[in-house]
Amino acid sequence: MTTIQPRSFQEIILRLQTYWAEKGCAILQPYDMEVGAGTFHPATTLRALGSRPWAAAYVQPSRRPTDGRYGENPNRLQHYYQYQVLIKPSPPDLQALYLGSLAAIGIDANLHDIRFVEDDWESPTLGAWGLGWEVWCDGMEVSQFTYFQQVGGHDCHPVSGELTYGLERLAMYVLGIDHVMDMPFNDPSAPIPLSYGDIFRQTEQEYSRWNFDQADTEMLFQHFKDAEAECERILAAPATDKAGRAIIMAHPAYDQCIKASHIFNLLDARGVISVTERQAYIGRVRALAKKCADAFVTTEAGGVAA
Amino acid sequence: MPDLLIELFSEEIPARMQGRAREDLKKLVTDGLVEGGLTYSGAHALSTPRRLTLAIEGLTAESRPVREERKGPATTAPEAALQGFLRSTGLTLDQLEKRDDKKGQVYFAVIEKPGRKAPAIIAEVLEATIRNFPWPKSMCWGAGSLRWVRPLHSILCLLTDEHGAEVVPVTIDGIEAGNQTRGHRFLAPDAFTVTSFDDYAAKLKRAFVMLDPEERAGHIWNDAQNAAFAAGLEVVEDKGLLTEVAGLVEWPVVLMGKIGESFLGLPPEVLQTSMKEHQKFFSARNPKTGRIEGFLTVANTVTADHGATILKGNQKVLSARLSDAKFFWENDLRTVAQTGMEGMAAGLANVTFHNKLGSQADRIQRIEALAREIAPLVDASPDLAAEAARVAKADLQSAMVGEFPELQGTMGVYYAKAAGLPDAVANACKAHYQPLGPSDEVPSEPVSVAVALADKIDTLTGFWAIDEKPTGSKDPFALRRAALGVIRLVLGNSTRISLLNIFALRTVTTSLDQYLKGQRAEFEKVVEDIGALADFSDRRSEISQMVNELIASRSEQASTQNLAQGLATLGIRKGTDLLAFFHDRLKVHLKDQGIRHDVIDACLAMPGNDDLTLLVKRAEALAAFLKTDDGTNLLQGFKRANNILTQAEAKDGVEYSFGADPKFAEDETERALFAALDKAESAIAPAMQAEDFATAMSAMAALRAPIDAFFGAVQVNSDNQIVRRNRLNLLSRIRQICLSVADLTKLEG
Repeated sequence: MTTIQPRSFQEIILRLQTYWAEKGCAILQPYDMEVGAGTFHPATTLRALGSRPWAAAYVQPSRRPTDGRYGENPNRLQHYYQYQVLIKPSPPDLQALYLGSLAAIGIDANLHDIRFVEDDWESPTLGAWGLGWEVWCDGMEVSQFTYFQQVGGHDCHPVSGELTYGLERLAMYVLGIDHVMDMPFNDPSAPIPLSYGDIFRQTEQEYSRWNFDQADTEMLFQHFKDAEAECERILAAPATDKAGRAIIMAHPAYDQCIKASHIFNLLDARGVISVTERQAYIGRVRALAKKCADAFVTTEAGGVAA
Repeated sequence: MPDLLIELFSEEIPARMQGRAREDLKKLVTDGLVEGGLTYSGAHALSTPRRLTLAIEGLTAESRPVREERKGPATTAPEAALQGFLRSTGLTLDQLEKRDDKKGQVYFAVIEKPGRKAPAIIAEVLEATIRNFPWPKSMCWGAGSLRWVRPLHSILCLLTDEHGAEVVPVTIDGIEAGNQTRGHRFLAPDAFTVTSFDDYAAKLKRAFVMLDPEERAGHIWNDAQNAAFAAGLEVVEDKGLLTEVAGLVEWPVVLMGKIGESFLGLPPEVLQTSMKEHQKFFSARNPKTGRIEGFLTVANTVTADHGATILKGNQKVLSARLSDAKFFWENDLRTVAQTGMEGMAAGLANVTFHNKLGSQADRIQRIEALAREIAPLVDASPDLAAEAARVAKADLQSAMVGEFPELQGTMGVYYAKAAGLPDAVANACKAHYQPLGPSDEVPSEPVSVAVALADKIDTLTGFWAIDEKPTGSKDPFALRRAALGVIRLVLGNSTRISLLNIFALRTVTTSLDQYLKGQRAEFEKVVEDIGALADFSDRRSEISQMVNELIASRSEQASTQNLAQGLATLGIRKGTDLLAFFHDRLKVHLKDQGIRHDVIDACLAMPGNDDLTLLVKRAEALAAFLKTDDGTNLLQGFKRANNILTQAEAKDGVEYSFGADPKFAEDETERALFAALDKAESAIAPAMQAEDFATAMSAMAALRAPIDAFFGAVQVNSDNQIVRRNRLNLLSRIRQICLSVADLTKLEG
């Protein structure tokens, strides 16, 4: 197969969008909250639960405050993009579909060495795990490929197949770029060519400073408690509202769980959480995720007949 | 005789699971076939990342008919017995035979199982094998409920004989067995039909699949050596990595690259670990300098550009990885240059070792104190030992060890040397973890020995203090290994150390700390619990004294009588328990070295059994002594004397221990024995004082002839009570002398 090589970061994203749209996925938009990975999007976490079929793909901006390097490290960013695909039940040809997506962005399996290397995925904060691989292209990890077995403490039946692409790393490889900030974001021959650095160098610096030195930890500790309390309160509310409508608020509750998780990541970056406390905080977020999952599976989207 | 070929074709099986899976497949299928009444002449299992294959040769085409007769209850037996028999045989009453037996008529069941065709048996066995396969981790996929290591795509199950090949009809969770498979994922993805194992293996080879993992490993190793040799380098051998890499590819292609100039200054261990852990690369070493200068990667495909793109990509990833490693290395060196090893170790105060045993920094403080204490016993400078203990775990806080935990200790040596510390201190950073296993080297540099002992003893006494002892197969803190480490360190360096004192004192430190922190109720309960225990140690006063000093050093307030006594008792109890744990490990260790357990028991019963060097010296001398004629005969003589004496003591209700007098001797042999005992005693006492067990035992051996002569000529239980008592007292001298060397009563034979 001969594919014209993509020329920019956005072209790679667009090709993935087109490819997965052609394969029948609903192309969703990023979730409008701060998350650590594409998995946190309710389109993955919650929709992996229950019996209803699902097929979605989306870009998710992801934040990992501890990975900030003031825009200086060639590969590390506190804000980056993941491309996420979730299909339930996992189709029998998911590996072939995935390899097709690599071809679509210009990775020719006749020239490269593509390998599926064991890597079992686990998210202690989401109470989730699955089996699968990291996919290597010429020795570089370009994706995570996971068959979800459990989410929020619930067994997944049917099983979802999840694909996660680290977009910057993958694009740098395809485009032959050594430093992320040098990567063309739009087409290099556009009237106003913009590099990744033009768009994100300054924000990486600003957020690195805030994440590491400035974020108000007292406020964050309070926000964590608030999010935790609100999540539990929402889920403990009666199943029917004042007009007698039966509505379980799984998604609003899950938003609070996401919030708590991100606040924990910020506190971690500020270095104010000790090793022992760390486990306790992760456990608290997991407890919320489990409660949200418990609630979701009692809803229509969670598989309960309408 | 037909041959059977089974292939289970799936998505990529983790490399580390393939070896075990081959064994399991072979065992489960062949056991099942044999149980089903078939026999076979040979079986071998093979695997690639995408397939598990089993080839069975010379399988019987059908199982033999089986006729089984079972005797049932008497015809007069109660109805319930008859019903039970019918249930167990699956027959009805009219199918049973009545036969005459000695005691009357009895029911007999004659069960005829006709022979079954192999395919029916194979189908059952294969289904059971797949459904019950013992993968370490398995999963579901799609909407199905079958579990496999990764999604299972197809099953090939073929029975071949001289008439041709036949698919064994079996369908498992919607997957119907067939006679097709596929080649390499990219190089030959289409399905093809096979007719026998040979046909299968040959077609796979043409479809870019090397089926045999041994062949792949051999191919990789061979090509890697050739490529390295051509570049003037040699491959660093790594069998584990070779097996793993062979499990990651169906069509191995070795590619070699050079490590960038700017990374050559990194320690070889760092280069090797980084390349192995992250990239699964082999290292290529310059045989002249020992530097790692190249890498070998194994691709799973052939390309038109002969791997140029693949190698370039791998090189790029490696550069990024090594840039990280270099960043860590330079960062760590800067930390050490600015703040020293102690500066690097500072963060350990925030790292919990165990919630009841404090932080890593707390632990290091304890190890330092103990290393200082042990240093003089191993000819180390206490100051150097203390310094080594302070810095030995500093590298746990280094960026490099954070990334590569397996480099702990190794990095410490580099960083300590960079900090300008003496070699003896630097080397202890690595050596204090040793010996890591039964085959690992035992450190011999005095400073390393002191810290290695202190580290392990602190771990053991800590966990003993909080009652986290190994039970059965559970030993989460590797305490057995730590104890064996102490044993090997002590014996390997002929160290003289009274372990009980250290054990007792160290185990009570935790309790004392709790007490001083105000958790008195808990402590007082412990003291109360042990108050009733008998005072069973000859070390009581020694240990009490040490505990008093400990309390004085820890607390402003004068120790109360109750506190000191309670702690001493607690320490002796826990210390004795820990020592018993050591003795168990020691027995295993010495047994491996050919010393019998009863010989060890005989020596364990002697005082000073917490001094392992002394204990083993005694055991070795005793074992050697028992191998001589004099030794075995003396043992018989001793046993005879001891038996007569014990019986007499039991009968008379007294202990014969004193007052044997030559003037009551009647026989020449008796007088000779008196003389021999005098002589032996005067030789043994100084020898024992000098711990010269060989001399003591040869002096003891000299008693053999006089004892034999005495028993030959004299009746101990004489009618003359004075003579009898005198002879019993004489026997008591034999017992006393012999028992001063070892507790011979514990010996067998």
